[in-house]
Amino acid sequence: MAAASAAHRHSKRCRLSPVPLDSPADELLFLVLDRVAAADPRALKSFALASRACHAAESRHRRVLRPLRADLLPAALVRYPSASRLDLSLCARVPDAALAAVPSSGSSSLRAVDLSRSSGFGAAGIAALARACPCLADLDLSNGVHLGDAAAAEVARMRKLQRLSLSRCKQVTDMGLGCVAVGCTDLKDLSLKWCIGITDLGLNLLALKCTKLTTLDLSYTMITKESLLSIIKLTNLQVLTLVGCIGIDDDALSSLEKEYSKSIQVLDMSHCQNVTDVGVSSVVKSIPNLLELNLSYCCPVTPSMVRCLQKVSKLQTLKLEGCKFMADGLKAIGSSCVSIRELSLSKSAGVTDTELSFAVSKLKNLLKLDITCCRNITDVSVVSITRSCTSLISLRMESCSHVSSGALQLIGKHCSQLEELDLTDSDLDDEGLKALTGCTNLSSLKIGICLRISDEGLTHIGKSCPKLRDIDLYRCGGISDDGVIQIAQGCPMLESINLSYCTELTDRSLMSLSKCTKLNTLEIRGCPRISSAGLSEIAMGCRLLSKLDIKKCFEINDVGMLYLSQFSHALRQINLSYCSVTDIGLLSLSSICGLQNMTIVHLAGITPNGLIAALMVCGGLTKVKLHEAFKSMMPLHMLKNVEARGCMFQWINKPFKVLYIFFQPACLPLRYV
Amino acid sequence: MASGTATNADPDQQTVRSNSVEQFYFPRPGQSLPGIPPFFGPPSSSLYLANDNEAKVGNQLEPNPSQSTDWDPQAIVSNLTFLEQKIKQVKDVVQSMSNRENQVASGSCEVAAKQQLITADLTSIIIQLITTAGSLLPSMKNPLSSNPAVRQLSNTLGSPMGFGMNANQRPSVDSKTDIPDIGKASGYEELINSLNTTQDERDELIKGPNPCGGEGSEPTPMEDHDVKESDDGDHEGENLPPGSYVVLQLEKEEILAPHTHFCLICGKGFKRDANLRMHMRGHGDEYKTAAALAKPTRDSGSDHAPVTRYSCPFVGCKRNKEHKKFQPLKTILCVKNHYKRSHCDKSYTCSRCNTKKFSVIADLKTHEKHCGRDKWLCSCGTTFSRKDKLFGHVALFQGHTPALPMDDVKVSEASEQQQGSEPMNEISRSMGCFPCSSSDGISNLDMKMADDVRGYYSPMSFDPCFGALDDFTRPGFDISEDPFSFLPSGCTSNNETSRVNKGSNVPPLGLWKWTETLSDFSH
Repeated sequence: MAAASAAHRHSKRCRLSPVPLDSPADELLFLVLDRVAAADPRALKSFALASRACHAAESRHRRVLRPLRADLLPAALVRYPSASRLDLSLCARVPDAALAAVPSSGSSSLRAVDLSRSSGFGAAGIAALARACPCLADLDLSNGVHLGDAAAAEVARMRKLQRLSLSRCKQVTDMGLGCVAVGCTDLKDLSLKWCIGITDLGLNLLALKCTKLTTLDLSYTMITKESLLSIIKLTNLQVLTLVGCIGIDDDALSSLEKEYSKSIQVLDMSHCQNVTDVGVSSVVKSIPNLLELNLSYCCPVTPSMVRCLQKVSKLQTLKLEGCKFMADGLKAIGSSCVSIRELSLSKSAGVTDTELSFAVSKLKNLLKLDITCCRNITDVSVVSITRSCTSLISLRMESCSHVSSGALQLIGKHCSQLEELDLTDSDLDDEGLKALTGCTNLSSLKIGICLRISDEGLTHIGKSCPKLRDIDLYRCGGISDDGVIQIAQGCPMLESINLSYCTELTDRSLMSLSKCTKLNTLEIRGCPRISSAGLSEIAMGCRLLSKLDIKKCFEINDVGMLYLSQFSHALRQINLSYCSVTDIGLLSLSSICGLQNMTIVHLAGITPNGLIAALMVCGGLTKVKLHEAFKSMMPLHMLKNVEARGCMFQWINKPFKVLYIFFQPACLPLRYV
Repeated sequence: MASGTATNADPDQQTVRSNSVEQFYFPRPGQSLPGIPPFFGPPSSSLYLANDNEAKVGNQLEPNPSQSTDWDPQAIVSNLTFLEQKIKQVKDVVQSMSNRENQVASGSCEVAAKQQLITADLTSIIIQLITTAGSLLPSMKNPLSSNPAVRQLSNTLGSPMGFGMNANQRPSVDSKTDIPDIGKASGYEELINSLNTTQDERDELIKGPNPCGGEGSEPTPMEDHDVKESDDGDHEGENLPPGSYVVLQLEKEEILAPHTHFCLICGKGFKRDANLRMHMRGHGDEYKTAAALAKPTRDSGSDHAPVTRYSCPFVGCKRNKEHKKFQPLKTILCVKNHYKRSHCDKSYTCSRCNTKKFSVIADLKTHEKHCGRDKWLCSCGTTFSRKDKLFGHVALFQGHTPALPMDDVKVSEASEQQQGSEPMNEISRSMGCFPCSSSDGISNLDMKMADDVRGYYSPMSFDPCFGALDDFTRPGFDISEDPFSFLPSGCTSNNETSRVNKGSNVPPLGLWKWTETLSDFSH
């Protein structure tokens, strides 16, 4: 805030003095602008309006362009000639013509283009881009489900390309990949996730031509042992992702036994359903320098497999989510993988108190531990975790419901380095929160469905955790406005807060939260006592608000929407279901051009005409949830038009639920399970 | 001996014997049989063993497979009557011979020259007889059965059915040695003796379930397996030192034989003996026994048998044993494919492209699978019929890249173009506010930029100085405080702003646009 006001002062001085701003060095000016932009992006606009020189300086300063409409691309590139990154993720539809209009002279500094969220362009558009920016180094074509080999062949013309993502380009075959492999030999980072048209033939050619590759994502491709060998042999490869590759089996992995890769540091084989402990044992032998291994949902964990990990002396991260632990498997981790810093056992079966206690007692250096949904563990495990792993930074133990509140107090007492703590659905009480006062670095605290906590506990958090950025109080029925006020006052860095179904909360909470200027995510679903007055405070105070969930806040009406439309220009996502908003509110809301995601179900005051008007006006929409009844009431060609702009409709067919569903602990839908 | 001869003078038996006798004359050069190409001379290889004959079986085949399948009842009837006459002739000659022999036995020896003449007559008659018999059945045209099952069969039949078949199994080496014997014309007894011995030998062959020695080396071991196509025998990995194996050389006619197994009853030809055994079941219950249907067992003596390799009969070919760098062919099938591919006309033309020709029908079928369909193209202009071949090529050469077929590119581009532009045009038509490719002075307001890593964009909407610098002179106003800012901003396109700028009497831009939009929707 201080920086923002400084900027305003700065621009004022510029206006007063006739001396133009080109006298100070650009570097210095840019440093100032960086800080200004970090504090409040709107300040840059004020600055640019100050004078011709400021305007020019601001034009020179900007590096990233994120336009809302693709047809403004040429003008944007002319105004910001030094922009190096073009992010089109807000343009749902980028026609070929828009890309063809990119001026080749003005965009010589352009190095990165992100088209991952856009559709509507084809090989012609990419060809135009390749002509305009031959020096492009980073291109993201993810989700280009309509892009085929022709597009890939055009990509191959960008000879300097270093990073390329073709995720979900399902129509690209070996031919397209072959073109890319031959054309872009400087590639270092390539993602072929979900490219199901690619076979070993293309991958072999890729491994032969693109020897500089350091990161390769082959998730869900049809890779088999035929090309795995040549991929492993890539001398610079550091990160290899093989998620969900059904062609990777024990046979393929055992064929690597005679090969060594000194460079590979990260291997992700999660969801490889045909791999067993035997295959893992053999592949580990050929990558001795591994730092991170992900075997989630891959194979049962046996002691013999874990002992093979002894050979990987540098291993730091081991992810075994959703695995089945055989007897002594977890114990073997404790004795074999002494170097690991991060261990994830979430949703794994067979994690018992004795084995987990043994393992953590050996892993004294552990920084991150995830035991989400290990439902069998009790106080015994928590005691040994807190005793041996005192340097923990992150502890996630959602749904460990057998742990008592007394044991949870130990966490705060012993692990004072904690930055991230997830105790959702636990027996946590105010004493446990009081114990957390030592954790001054805490930035993320998830204590949803902890029914025993009250305002007193939150007061402790508010007083001792000034760095808190994210707090989740979902369905904490015991808290009221006072607790939230304490949090809002004590945690100025707060970015995200979830207060859903905290039914006692009123506008007072939102008024205090409006002082948290960095707040971007606010979830107050099912808080029936909150009204438009509170929301208007939020809209005026939290200018960065981008996600808002006000479902079942029945008191919120058009007034709240008018404030949102005037102040919350950063809003991207909103859920309005069951609110008292009418056509007027919806239309005013639709003036927020960045709005991408709307859920408008069960609003009594909405008419088909108002709805379609709002949809037609709001050009950036990508996803809209509507009640199915509207489908027949709106003219079809209007819907088609909206869809053609890149918007998806999701038709909801749920009955209108009775108003005021009161908090009933007995029949909780367990959202986090 | 004489009495034995007398009893054997029965025409049927005689036929069987003459069958054996035929062997002596058959390989003689120049004595070409009708419809059967001449068989050239003695085998040229010094390593030519008795079992070569096994391999040579079928060398009297008609090159044209279509003729052998003809089945004309009338021709058979006429052939049969002719055969009857010939048998009678032979009978007469033998009888006259035995009469003369009696005379000779009574004392005179000076008729030796006459006797020789009669022997020659006899042989010519026998040859004619065999010739006719050969034309009688298709199986006679393609006389062959090295198949033990067939041998068993001929054993059980014992008789005219075995005609010509077993004769062919006679080792040609024998024929070489035997011919001079007859040539000497040392007497009818000798002839009969030789007939008897050959008969015995033949019986031995027939009776032995595992014919000994080289006889057991089946010429068509490959055919037992379902080998559809194999290469020319390029078993480069196999480096047998010269001399460690026996080289067999089949003749052209043998190589080109379509069938190698024949039914002794109806004469139908088969490529595989298993198929023949299946066929034989139709001829009676005796062929349905487990023994008759069983696959002929490999003879136990085969491991003692020398390794056999094959030579191409085409002189000058690398696969010919006379060649300096002779590379033998491994199996009969290799020989067949090699000979057809290298030394025969390419008679099978692809019906699709009408340019590619093949001599092996399997090659044609392989070609037809991807003829004209998948043309794998390299940037250098080379085309490939298979994708892996193209990728091998691209991997080999620096700078070569897979090239997409031009029509494909055009089609896909067109479809993408259409998909991209058509709805947009529709929108711009209906909305009038979506300039698709507006390169003219854009003073549009809702361009938003962002550069912060957290993913928000700066709310720079309605930035009036965006685009043209001239706008800058206008006083900056924060549109977010504007009363109409909740109104559709996305609709503020060029024509609207220009109208506003011109100062024409239109409502403030947002409201005007909104009302227009609503009125658009109402109808």
